[in-house]
Amino acid sequence: MIYRECGVFKATYGADMAIFPIPLDRWGIILILIVAFIGMPFLASDYWLSSILIPFLVFSLAALGLNFLTGYAGQLSLGHAAFMAVGAYASLILYGRYEVPLLLSLLGGGLVAAAVGTVFGIPSLRIKGFYLAVSTLAAQFIIEWGLTHWKWISGGVFGTVDTPPMEVFGWLIDTPLKKYYLVLCFVVLLTTFGKNLVRSQVGRAWMAIRDMDVAAEIIGISLFRHKLLAFAVSSFYAGVAGGLITFTYYGAANIEAFNLMVSFHLLGMVIIGGMGSILGSFFGGGFITLLPIFINQFARTFGAVFKTDLLACMELIIFGGLIIFFLIVEPFGLARLWLTLKEKLRLWPFPY
Amino acid sequence: MIFAIEVAIGGLLVGVMYSLVALGFVLIYKSSGVFNFAQGDMTLLAALALVGFLTIFPLWLAILAVLVLMIALAIGIEAIVLRPLVARPPLALFMATIGLGFLLQGIGQGIWGTDPKGLNIGISDMPFEVKGLMVSQFDLVGAALSGALVFGLVWFFQKSKTGRALRAVSDDHEAALSVGIPLNKAWAITWAISGVVALVAGIMWGSRLGVQFSLSLIALKALPVLILGGIDSIPGAIIAGLVVGASENLAEVFLGPYVGGGIQTFFPYLLALLVLWFKPYGMFGREIIERV
Repeated sequence: MIYRECGVFKATYGADMAIFPIPLDRWGIILILIVAFIGMPFLASDYWLSSILIPFLVFSLAALGLNFLTGYAGQLSLGHAAFMAVGAYASLILYGRYEVPLLLSLLGGGLVAAAVGTVFGIPSLRIKGFYLAVSTLAAQFIIEWGLTHWKWISGGVFGTVDTPPMEVFGWLIDTPLKKYYLVLCFVVLLTTFGKNLVRSQVGRAWMAIRDMDVAAEIIGISLFRHKLLAFAVSSFYAGVAGGLITFTYYGAANIEAFNLMVSFHLLGMVIIGGMGSILGSFFGGGFITLLPIFINQFARTFGAVFKTDLLACMELIIFGGLIIFFLIVEPFGLARLWLTLKEKLRLWPFPY
Repeated sequence: MIFAIEVAIGGLLVGVMYSLVALGFVLIYKSSGVFNFAQGDMTLLAALALVGFLTIFPLWLAILAVLVLMIALAIGIEAIVLRPLVARPPLALFMATIGLGFLLQGIGQGIWGTDPKGLNIGISDMPFEVKGLMVSQFDLVGAALSGALVFGLVWFFQKSKTGRALRAVSDDHEAALSVGIPLNKAWAITWAISGVVALVAGIMWGSRLGVQFSLSLIALKALPVLILGGIDSIPGAIIAGLVVGASENLAEVFLGPYVGGGIQTFFPYLLALLVLWFKPYGMFGREIIERV
């Protein structure tokens, strides 16, 4: 009785195409936005903002990007952190060296990443399945090598590029709260764009390709165009996320922050959160970013029993174990839990 | 010219050791359709366990103990991870093996420590001369061992009853079940075999590079070998290993200096991409004919 889909009468085309046709969804989203924009500054401390909420939002954004590619278009990518690195370095160079405004250089970083991603998407036109998955690892290694060896970008193997102070329209972005707002605005705008993208012609074409690309081609969907577009959009999101996390969290671009492990974490977010679900990307992003923090906190409360290297091992064991556990219990991801909950709320408190 | 041949031979011998790791992937993919990303971590675990057991046992007993451990591990993985995930999408299984990799890494390093350890099994790494070419004795032993393993496995899959049962399972799970092949046992056997392969790879790579975390990254060198040869082809793994080993060595020595070096990390991937563009299922992989 709580979650009701009945009583929604669509009288106009506009109402039929609304992004959230059910009033409860609409109010829920508005409530979440109010909490995120107005409530959080009162609820969260600086520590929470800068080391939990910002990474959570940014990695969710990157996971969302990967979800377009893997969950919607059905192409696996094991080298996605490399596209984040491209975005990070590109936006830093645009902002630091060429003094492009911050917002534009973040978007520019995304565009450069999109261009690079499109190039590495070309093999997907010929190669499928696990063969493609392994060949996307090439992106990770080639980009890592390129960024460290091309002196113009990073200044050599051990080079890092520090972020200059951030300024948007004359405002200095220095406190965790301001950084949080910057990230939040990007995430909200790009998520809205993404939500609309996947219900447009492009999104439907992606899903057709995911379900069976031969059949999709026969009904007239251009594989060339849509597969490359999926790689481009996905790397654009990754690039923007890479730029954001460098500016607001790491403070310096360093290739180690975007290594292969991060790529696996991103893939883990998509699969654990739920493939082909925008909400799932946020669940997955939250789960994988917060898990190590909670394990750490948990260990610290029982402190002193563990040595640090043993703690790192415990973290690996718990992390790996939980991934397996969630895959066994909920193979379609955490987003499926939300659907189940909706199903239940539709009837509650009546048995049927 | 002599130098080029030496470089190529060195590469070929290293390539055989790549195929050793790639074999582990092929075995599991061939008989259960699972892309086992934990192969590198299994190699690390086997090497760590061997070093651990060597402190209390003589060599042969230690190897036996690790063998038992790997088989027990295979049975455990089958029962705890794979059985609940039967008939789930391949991607879920793939992700589960990534999780398994983290788990094994944590367990291995938690028990035997994270510090790098040496592993000496009594084969010297001194190069010797054959008709004017310098060849490492260690590489030769490694290559011979890998060769023997590959021949053994090919015989096993083609001729023995169990091997044929495993191939039937890989063709079609349900059909294999319906003619009375126990699926759970077949998978446990496969994982045990790939555990043994991991042990051999762990011994060879461990005594070459030392036993430490980076040993598990050897899997990343085996992956281009895997797709170049074809995910489900045992001969493919060995031939692709040779091709990758020789070409990456030659590329590093003769091409590397022009672009700043370190191209060994990604050259095999470029090579694999190039070949896959023309043969999308690798050199010897089974081509999947798609029907709508």
